[in-house]
Amino acid sequence: MATEATLKQLVLGRKDVQDLSDTEQELPPDLMTVNMGPSHPAMHGTVRIVLTVDGERIVKSDVQPGYLHRCFEKESEHATYTQVFPYTDRLNYVSPMINNVGWAMAIEKLMQIKPTPRCEYVRVIVSEMSRLTDHLTCVGASAMELGAFTAFLYFLKCREWLYELLEKVSGARLTHSYLRIGGVAKDLPDDFDADLTKCLDQIVPVIAEVEVMLNNNKIFRDRMAGVGAMTKAEALATGCVGPIARACGVDYDVRRDHPYSIYPEVEFDVPLGTHGDCYDRYLVRVEEMKQSIRILRQCLKQIPPGPVMVDDPRVSLPPKRDTYNTIESMIRHFKHIMDGIRVPPGEVYVFVEGGNGELGFYVVADGTGRPYKAYCRSPSFVHLSTASQLIHGHLIADIVPIFGMINMIGGECDK
Amino acid sequence: MAQKVLDALTATHGHAVERTESTYGDEIAWIKRDQLVAVAQWLRDDPAMAFDSPVFVTCIDRLDWQPIGVPPSEGWNESKPRFEVVYQLRSSVHRTRIRLKIAVTEQDPRVPSLAEIWPAFNWQERETFDMYGVRFDGHPDLRRIYMYEEFVGYPLRKDYPKEKRQPLVRRDDLPINPIKRENP
Repeated sequence: MATEATLKQLVLGRKDVQDLSDTEQELPPDLMTVNMGPSHPAMHGTVRIVLTVDGERIVKSDVQPGYLHRCFEKESEHATYTQVFPYTDRLNYVSPMINNVGWAMAIEKLMQIKPTPRCEYVRVIVSEMSRLTDHLTCVGASAMELGAFTAFLYFLKCREWLYELLEKVSGARLTHSYLRIGGVAKDLPDDFDADLTKCLDQIVPVIAEVEVMLNNNKIFRDRMAGVGAMTKAEALATGCVGPIARACGVDYDVRRDHPYSIYPEVEFDVPLGTHGDCYDRYLVRVEEMKQSIRILRQCLKQIPPGPVMVDDPRVSLPPKRDTYNTIESMIRHFKHIMDGIRVPPGEVYVFVEGGNGELGFYVVADGTGRPYKAYCRSPSFVHLSTASQLIHGHLIADIVPIFGMINMIGGECDK
Repeated sequence: MAQKVLDALTATHGHAVERTESTYGDEIAWIKRDQLVAVAQWLRDDPAMAFDSPVFVTCIDRLDWQPIGVPPSEGWNESKPRFEVVYQLRSSVHRTRIRLKIAVTEQDPRVPSLAEIWPAFNWQERETFDMYGVRFDGHPDLRRIYMYEEFVGYPLRKDYPKEKRQPLVRRDDLPINPIKRENP
């Protein structure tokens, strides 16, 4: 017998279960501390979770963000108002256009500027395209982490079509910096209408296909349904907004409840969940994509012709021809670039519906060309603060879908 | 619309409100520091107010505040409190918003914590503490959140130079990890 056990041990590389003594068979009963992150393949972005686990079950956790802190606010205080646009691109880098829109709207409110009608439509179009890319990434990546690699590839393919279009519009694939205070950098390309219609027509069947793959998939439902559930009251008290709050039944969408831009002129529904678990968050996101497509189609029909930049010497650059030929225009151009746009003293809080929910900019201006204070109310940060409570009592494996559906974007969370 | 909120606030908590103002459609109420918790509790629990959604907490450092186009006396000087702690709230029932401001001096940068009333402020107050060094009394877990524990100073204060660099020197005596501290 002894020789057989030794042989088995040699083959298996460990003792076989039957050969263990009684004391060896027992698992250690004390709690264990496990580090998840800051760099972990199943985590979106860089975040560290210090877990105290009882076997596989989480009894305590400490979520530590900050690994991607890039001093957005400090840098903004030293940049001109226009120079902040590239920084906002890098907040939520899967939907940079919406961040651009939020920043532009904050400064425009301080300066009492109303963008042209065409510009408003262009902004809504690029925002909704960004919302699509955001949700496509979130749903696709979460599905991949649960093993549905096909859904990920399909959605990333869609996202690439949208990125290509956005690249055509702005010149950059990911960090667009397309908006300007008082308008947008340039008008939409000539064939944009046809391109976007074609792109949307291609995306609709892909979303339907992925829904067929995931919605009633047993593995997917087992991993998502009932996991990380939150009640409506909890969602409100913890400050959750956007798809996460809507999955809990909080009927709040900035686009509808505090309408901005031309959202009152388009029709769309705000999907609501009932259980507030990961599966509802997934369903809400998929439905929101369909609503975004609906908004985009309406915008394409309604968009009026006209300029995309307000004709206001405080914010618009003089025409290049004049800049090179007249001293007044050159001085104006120089002051505009070097000193920045002069924003009258005041403070304002402007919020838009970002990919993850209410994205707000709280700006304090002191009359110079640089913001005195620029605070970003990032939805990811607020949502991540609920993560500790959501994963409590779940298994380590459940962290993956919960984190996927919180959709923490490192750039936005850590600012 | 939210002017009603300010009126109700001054009517019921007149002794706690220093002044009120409205800018760009936002209503601001300056609250006395020692009355903040009572006011916050009332704003949340009174059905006519129902501020159930916390939005954000931040702080304004007025050290360099010399706005252009107003007399210098309007700017900041030594006799004025240096920090303003800002709480933004929203009511999902009445669709109203209000901003509470608390003036805090440099010598005593303390504010009562509202994390117990609105759990969302737990992390946001930590962020404000991390960036501005304002201490929130009664906060359950006031640690740095973006910066590391070894970091010296408060980066968003106006007297912290933007170009300043700090080498990260590990120190084991700091409570970096509260779980580790409890289970050595």
